[in-house]
Formats: sequence, structure tokens, C-alpha cells
Amino acid sequence: MAFEEQRAWIGGIVAVVSYGAYLAVLFVRSRDVPLDEVAYAWPLAIFIGAGVVAMIAAHAVIGLRARDEAGQLDERDREIDRFAKVVSQAFLVIASLAALLMAVAEWDQFWIANAIVLGFFTSAMAESVAKVAAYHRDFQAW
Amino acid sequence: MVKPKPTRVTNRIRALRFAHDEMTQAELARRVGVTRQTIIAIEQGRYSPSLEMAFQISRAFGVGLDDVFAYPDEGATP
Repeated sequence: MAFEEQRAWIGGIVAVVSYGAYLAVLFVRSRDVPLDEVAYAWPLAIFIGAGVVAMIAAHAVIGLRARDEAGQLDERDREIDRFAKVVSQAFLVIASLAALLMAVAEWDQFWIANAIVLGFFTSAMAESVAKVAAYHRDFQAW
Repeated sequence: MVKPKPTRVTNRIRALRFAHDEMTQAELARRVGVTRQTIIAIEQGRYSPSLEMAFQISRAFGVGLDDVFAYPDEGATP
């Protein structure tokens, strides 16, 4: 498996685990209070921070295991990376627009913040899926 | 996701590797300056290299571009 493909898998797995854990905490806490009154800020900060640390640690481990390939990007890797970033940015734009409309409509900040977080998650997932698919299937940049 | 259009470019990289003392994919990748996975993808027709990389591959075998890559005539089915 290509080094960059391993990184894509790790990105997707970390996104699922950290966002899943965050949602689990939210829903457990919502047993006692309405969902939009749950204290979400600290769990959010903790899981984003833990996700970043897990990504760095996992990248360091696979980088040590494949020292020859680590950091060696060729034109195919760069084209796949560019393609995946274009796909993932669409989700960030959609989430940003949704959050903007929510703010204009004066929704509770809980929903605005979580719309943005959902955008981060779907964007990360889209990038990982697009990369893994591109590495496994035909990929033609032109 | 839109299914990517398969390339119509064919190549003789595998045959040329065997003709050159059974050169490994890793060795060809080293000579061209790409990853082994990229050589595998090109060899299997899953990726069309840039013109520059195509020249580098043909130069690694000491042959012309046409000896490595081919493109079917217009109207021919892939």
C-alpha cells in the first residue's frame, strides 16, 4: 500500500473515531438536558485535539516503518492529493454556507458550531475516501 | 463519484523490464524518481503518466517513447 494511501486511511479512521466519540458524549449528556443545551465546547476541543495528536503519532509510526517512501511524493501522489482536496473542499463550503444561514436566522450557537464540525468531519471523510478510491481505481488527471 | 475514464494509452513496460535483466519495479521507480506504486499503476494501465515522466521511463530503458507507449488509432475501441 502506498505511503500516501496509508495516510488517507489513517485520516479517515481518526475522523470517524474522534467524531463518533464526540457524538457519543453529546448524546449521553443529552439524557439529562435538551441536546442544544449540552455543554459541547470542552468535548469538542478535547476530541479535535486528540484527533490531531493521534494523526501526528500515526503518521510518525508509518513514516518510521516506511522510511524510504515517507515524504517521497511523485506526480501521481500530487495529482491524487489535489483531486481529493477539491472533493473535500466542497463539503467545507456547504457546511460554511449552512452555518452562515443559521447565523443569519439567529439559530442557537450549538447548531451553528455543530454544523461546522459536521463539515470538518465530512470533508475529512471525503478526502480520505477520494484518495483511497483514486489509489485503487483508474486515476487519470488529464 | 464519477467513474474515471480508463486510459487508452497502452505500454510495454513489463516486457521491457524483463528484457532489461528482469529489472524490478522498484529499480525502475528509483531510476525514474517515482514510487513503486506509481510504476505498478502505469504498468497496469490505471494511470497515464505525464509526457515528462513518459520520457523518463523510455530513457530508463534506452528506447524511444513509441517503443514504450502506444495509443490506438482513431475509431478503434479501447
